[in-house]
Amino acid sequence: MKRIVYREWKLAPQRYWGLLAILGIIAAIGGLASWYMEHHGHWVTGMTNQVIWGTPHVFAVFLIVAASGALNIASIGTVFGRKIYQPLGRLSSLLAVALLIGGLLVLVLDLGRPDRLIVAMTTYNFRSIFAWNIFLYTGFILLVIAYLASMMDRKLRCYYKPFGFFAFIWRLILTTGTGSIFGFIVARQAYDTAILAPLFIAMSFLYGLAIFLLVLLFAADQDQRPVGQAILNRLKNLLGIFAATVLFFVLIYFITKLYKAKNYELVYFYLLGGGHYTLIFWLGWILLGLLAPLGMVFHPVLGQERRWIVTASFLVILGGLASIYVIIIGGQAFPMSIFPGKTVLTSDFYGSIAAYAPSLPELLLGIGGFATALLITAVGIRVLQFLPESLADEEIDPHFSVKT
Amino acid sequence: MKMKDKVQPDRRAFLSTAAMTATALAAGVVLRTVAQAEPRSEAADDSVRYGMLIDTNRCAEGCDACVQACNRENGLDLQEKPEGAEDGKWALQKAQWIRKVQVQDNLTGKRTNLPLMCQHCEHPPCVDVCPTGASFKRADGIVLVDRHICIGCRYCMMACPYKARSFIHQVVEKKLTQTPRGKGCVESCNLCVHRRDNGIESTACADACAAEGHQAILFGDLKDPNSPLVKALERIASRQLREDLALNTGVRYAGV
Repeated sequence: MKRIVYREWKLAPQRYWGLLAILGIIAAIGGLASWYMEHHGHWVTGMTNQVIWGTPHVFAVFLIVAASGALNIASIGTVFGRKIYQPLGRLSSLLAVALLIGGLLVLVLDLGRPDRLIVAMTTYNFRSIFAWNIFLYTGFILLVIAYLASMMDRKLRCYYKPFGFFAFIWRLILTTGTGSIFGFIVARQAYDTAILAPLFIAMSFLYGLAIFLLVLLFAADQDQRPVGQAILNRLKNLLGIFAATVLFFVLIYFITKLYKAKNYELVYFYLLGGGHYTLIFWLGWILLGLLAPLGMVFHPVLGQERRWIVTASFLVILGGLASIYVIIIGGQAFPMSIFPGKTVLTSDFYGSIAAYAPSLPELLLGIGGFATALLITAVGIRVLQFLPESLADEEIDPHFSVKT
Repeated sequence: MKMKDKVQPDRRAFLSTAAMTATALAAGVVLRTVAQAEPRSEAADDSVRYGMLIDTNRCAEGCDACVQACNRENGLDLQEKPEGAEDGKWALQKAQWIRKVQVQDNLTGKRTNLPLMCQHCEHPPCVDVCPTGASFKRADGIVLVDRHICIGCRYCMMACPYKARSFIHQVVEKKLTQTPRGKGCVESCNLCVHRRDNGIESTACADACAAEGHQAILFGDLKDPNSPLVKALERIASRQLREDLALNTGVRYAGV
């Protein structure tokens, strides 16, 4: 294994500025959408007093979950000592910070009073998992930047292991915190379970890796940097393993829920009778988001082809958005059981499945968050040395040997 | 002209500043005294716990006097549908503190009417989850929102087991002084807290229900063994909604 050389992204200026312009415009449209919602009030969105968190939260939670997962590649190199992953640590860390910033931006811009962000930063109620998360998120960004510095600055190299280890522990706590935002909600049947924390951790592994794979392959392709089959195989196998892990936790979630008679209707709602929520669950999350990518990456022939790995990663991201949609929106749409054993007759507020349709501004804000994360990444890899010059097998694989 | 006859501008300025300061201080002292004399300046204390008993056997089908009274008392009827808003969605977006509900028992078919609002829990989930502490419980048991530090994250609405809270989805043009309201914050029934602070021992909904002759809503102090509320709770079997959550609600229901 040779010494890894990192170089700035040498995309032709026209292409690079074109890319930045596109991402910048999408991000700006997201900003305008949030201004529109803030100016008029949330009545212009699909959100109501029944479905309180809408599409912006789907994007925000997806990006935040994916952010902690994107750091996983760096952690495998540092914490678990897998040398082949170490050249990817810088990009992995940059992407983690960028995705988190994108997600937090969406979350903050959807607040009823985004102008009071300073209140959220100075007035705390420590019984609230939200308040903990403010520290977990800002701490994560600072810690990962320190971790990055230990990778990029020779003088700080001695901190590489401790920072990497600490960042890994921190990211696990962070995703536990994000899952617990929902897990701690005792009022709603779809939530109110500790299993949401490990489910969110498994989802973060999967979604973060899918985004990482796409960004890595795109960035390397554009700059004609080789990506060897050895690292690609490892990454796509990991993608498959993480997809299987998510499937496992989804299964356990429903089995746990089914153990209580009071949850029969909830499980029926998700799996059979929930209309478009059931469709999004089966088609979006399970089939397209988990089973199809699993089949693709573990297929003996297709799994070796880059375009199928790329397709699998895209599907994982779409399925990921579907999964968060089903969890967040579906979980709110399902009626609360305030009167067990009784049917609500005359109230369109209680007792029935709540209506929700995403509005355009909500969607644009969410997509703007994505664009912001990618914009930060694109600028980062252009101005600093995040990308290895080559990820060819002979450069990075410690077990590489020339086949004769 | 001699020196001592000259007008001394510094001295004149000093005297006028001193006079203005004295006037302002005096006015401040007077205002403070007046303010202290008002009952609203006394902090709520835990010698009382406000609550309600709702006797659903007395709650009439089709009557929404409590809802209308609440809307008037708290300026909820002043909310205007934004131009272009859909009727159906707006009905779910505008703030409403009390909702009339009719439920039917699946086994017996018995129908029950009841008003549903904030249950003023002893252990309110909305207070636990609020990141800034804007959602809080007063010493006298009233759960409400501090609109100065509510950031509009709506986590309290996610956590409320009764869906009792409303988010202000629109620009607010008209509001009452006693119930300030603004776009982007969350609110819910506060047991007519302004009445508490002005020494009036009732709520708009309870008054309206009594005026209709139903007397299904009884408001009072849960800690006072001699209050009509506690006497009624001793006499009539009642329960908490979602008692499995053990929130020890301040609002109790009979006949559900």
